[in-house]
Amino acid sequence: MTQDFTENFIDVEGVEKVFDVRRRAGLLRRERHQVRAVDSLTFSVPRGEMVGYIGPNGAGKSTTIKMLTGILTPSAGRLRVAGIEPSRERTRLARRIGVVFGQRTTLWWDLPLIDSYRLMHRMYRIPDARYRENLDRCVELLELGGLLETPVRQLSLGQRMRGDIAAALLHDPEVLYLDEPTIGLDIVSKAKVRGFLRDLNAERGTTVLLTTHDLTDIEQLCRRVMVIDHGRPMYDGELSGLHAFGDGERTLVVDLERELPPVQVESARVVKVEGPRQWLAFPAAQSAAPLVARIAAAYPLVDLSVREPDIEAVIARMYARAPSPERPGEAGAPVGR
Amino acid sequence: MGTSGASGTLRLYAAVVAGGFRRYATYRSATAAGVFTNTVFGFIVAYTYMALWDERPGLGGYDEAQALTYVWIGQALAQALSMFNAGFAVDMVARIRNGDIAVDLYRPVDLQLWWLASDLGRAGFQLFSRGVVPLTVGALCFPLALPGDPVVWLEFLVAVALAVVVSFAIRYVLALAAFWLIDGTGVLQFGGVVGMFFTGLLLPLNAMPGALGDLARVLPWAALLQMPADILLGARSGADGLLRAYAFQAGWAVVLLAAGRLLQSSATRKVVLQGG
Amino acid sequence: MADVSGSVRVYGLIAGMWIRSTLVYRTSFALALLVNFLVTALDFVVIWMMFSQATSLGGYSFAQTAFLYGTASVSFGITTFVLGSVDDLGMRVRDGTLDAFLVRPAPVLVQVAADRFGLRRIGRLLQGVLVLGWSLARLDVDWTPAKLLLMPVMLLSGAAIFGAVYVAGAAFQFWAQDAAEAQSAFTFGGVTLLQYPPTVFARDFVIGVTFVVPLAFVNWLPALYVLGRPYPLGLPWWLAFAPPLVAAGSCALAGLAWRAGVRSYRSTGS
Repeated sequence: MTQDFTENFIDVEGVEKVFDVRRRAGLLRRERHQVRAVDSLTFSVPRGEMVGYIGPNGAGKSTTIKMLTGILTPSAGRLRVAGIEPSRERTRLARRIGVVFGQRTTLWWDLPLIDSYRLMHRMYRIPDARYRENLDRCVELLELGGLLETPVRQLSLGQRMRGDIAAALLHDPEVLYLDEPTIGLDIVSKAKVRGFLRDLNAERGTTVLLTTHDLTDIEQLCRRVMVIDHGRPMYDGELSGLHAFGDGERTLVVDLERELPPVQVESARVVKVEGPRQWLAFPAAQSAAPLVARIAAAYPLVDLSVREPDIEAVIARMYARAPSPERPGEAGAPVGR
Repeated sequence: MGTSGASGTLRLYAAVVAGGFRRYATYRSATAAGVFTNTVFGFIVAYTYMALWDERPGLGGYDEAQALTYVWIGQALAQALSMFNAGFAVDMVARIRNGDIAVDLYRPVDLQLWWLASDLGRAGFQLFSRGVVPLTVGALCFPLALPGDPVVWLEFLVAVALAVVVSFAIRYVLALAAFWLIDGTGVLQFGGVVGMFFTGLLLPLNAMPGALGDLARVLPWAALLQMPADILLGARSGADGLLRAYAFQAGWAVVLLAAGRLLQSSATRKVVLQGG
Repeated sequence: MADVSGSVRVYGLIAGMWIRSTLVYRTSFALALLVNFLVTALDFVVIWMMFSQATSLGGYSFAQTAFLYGTASVSFGITTFVLGSVDDLGMRVRDGTLDAFLVRPAPVLVQVAADRFGLRRIGRLLQGVLVLGWSLARLDVDWTPAKLLLMPVMLLSGAAIFGAVYVAGAAFQFWAQDAAEAQSAFTFGGVTLLQYPPTVFARDFVIGVTFVVPLAFVNWLPALYVLGRPYPLGLPWWLAFAPPLVAAGSCALAGLAWRAGVRSYRSTGS
């Protein structure tokens, strides 16, 4: 057990979160029912890893992060961050973690950006030299130099997000939680934020857990991705492995000598025909080689290529398959936005 | 408003009234909390009035039962007449501040009528949801002078309706000030404080002494609580007294609505000049 | 309690940020200060008008009533100045902005207390001080060391009792986020009540504010001791010196309520 703590920075074991939800039913009656926002969630994150945490709205992402930061107490299961039980020692843990709340800024709206940093400096009791060094670094890498004296309300969304990220890092947190760090940002800002996070992870070894809707974030930042839906973990592994997940289908594009009726072949089906070119879908888990051999034996094959499914489509299929009576974003989401 | 399509216009504003009603109907615990608070305040003020009328029976032309009734009418009407918060005017000042008001001004509906309709809906909900309980509790715990004649209650409700319009018209003018003054919210708060005093929620205007009392009795705020209360208490009985009260209320309603309209058109010009 | 100084420090940091934020809009600040002064000044005008119609109220003179008004207002003024918008907690819970307070290395209550700190609120305190000063000049109090000592003790204990009411009310909003207004019955209602002599109110009412919500200890009992007037309900004279104990007890209970509230928030996410 103790070994777990040293090996894994974040340790989640069979964690559940159940909410009591009251809903109006009719004019005066109110129904109470329970919503399982997170259900038997188990995962661990070693120190220094960068993990993408994805899922549709109301899947339980925010609830998970709130439990990891100690904002919420799990209904069941065991949860440790840096060996600390977040809900028990929330304030002690606070010094060791950084949180960026996505669209909800924690910067001081009417005051120059630098004032928010000075507050962090003093609230977290960051040693002066350390503060100066971290601030300089963030200012340089996040390109905040010209903005320090600007009131936060005058910053663009992208500038503000960069400002928020810097604010969360001044006290050298060992782990950074980011909730949709690139949402609403323009391409340039997105690139800056991603570049910064990559460097932070590589140079400082900061553990990063980020939720996002933008799969490019994941592709560019995370080797590992976790997918959650209806509170249940759907996938945990390498990004590349996601392609092979479940119903994932790959597409074989074949160019035949001439226009022919749809190819008839075992374990694949034609999804599209365009002149001599045909598209065949086949299970992603299956090797393409025997399929190609069979087609080549029966048809005049000129050229072929295999296309990986796009991740979004894979995840969409995963969601569609999820066995749950309720649609996401409805009652499944008592927290989050 | 043109005469053609008048029924369609009417339907539109009726829908806005209903919307205002429903919007407030969703805040259940807020309503319960407000009823509780109004009732507690009713008790506190009622006891101080009993002490005062003990010393000065017949003060302001009221006997003690009438004075106590005045207290509970005040608590019952406080929310419907927006005595503690400016209601829609807060939203409106916010829209003026962030520029969204330009969109409202260009919409094919009349801004003043729109907000009035919505505020009438709100007042309608709050009159019953927040008025009935405090008045009932007051009647059960204190010897009140409530009339048994339903006609008097009807006359009272007409005066309350007029009072709601005057209350709206005052806040509309105050909200529009935000077009010219930086601190629209401050103006509303200031208006609220002065208004609460001159409405007579804490002391009936009849009982205010000297020149201050004379002034208070002719200001528009006198149309809010004093007039409906006087009618219910029978202090303005007879067709003559009743008509005079209505005329006072309607007069201020017309004057203030016209002032609001004037400010609105000049605000529209200002928005047009600044390009929205 | 070793981190009291840490809490005070964090409170000061956050309050300082809010002061600077409000000073960005100077004219608004001036107007807000005026409104705060006026809103309380006008309810004193009401009392003044009452006394222009009657020489006494419940057997108390104008100056004696003003003394009650001043002591209640000063205590309440200190509370609202320090705990500013604790009563708006429901809003923070509803829109989720409370979450940010929970990931900071400082007690949530301290952060909530300092939230939207407003210098303008000193208007109410100032008005209370003026009325209290005026009443003391008009009254002919037979000062003893005990009475002199009781004055600051009364004002500070009173502020602490009001503070407990505020915090308990805020804790309640963890469950009922829209019920902020119910709190006004005890806070604004409470200070209005205490501004009048206890003889004005019905016996049951006085029992309620003595033994259920102990507002009578804010100023009634100690102030009546200073004025040398009989207590309501035939209470013993030494209760005038109980406010510090009552304040400590109330604050402890409010603290428990607050803890329960935070715990409920953290298990329901509201």
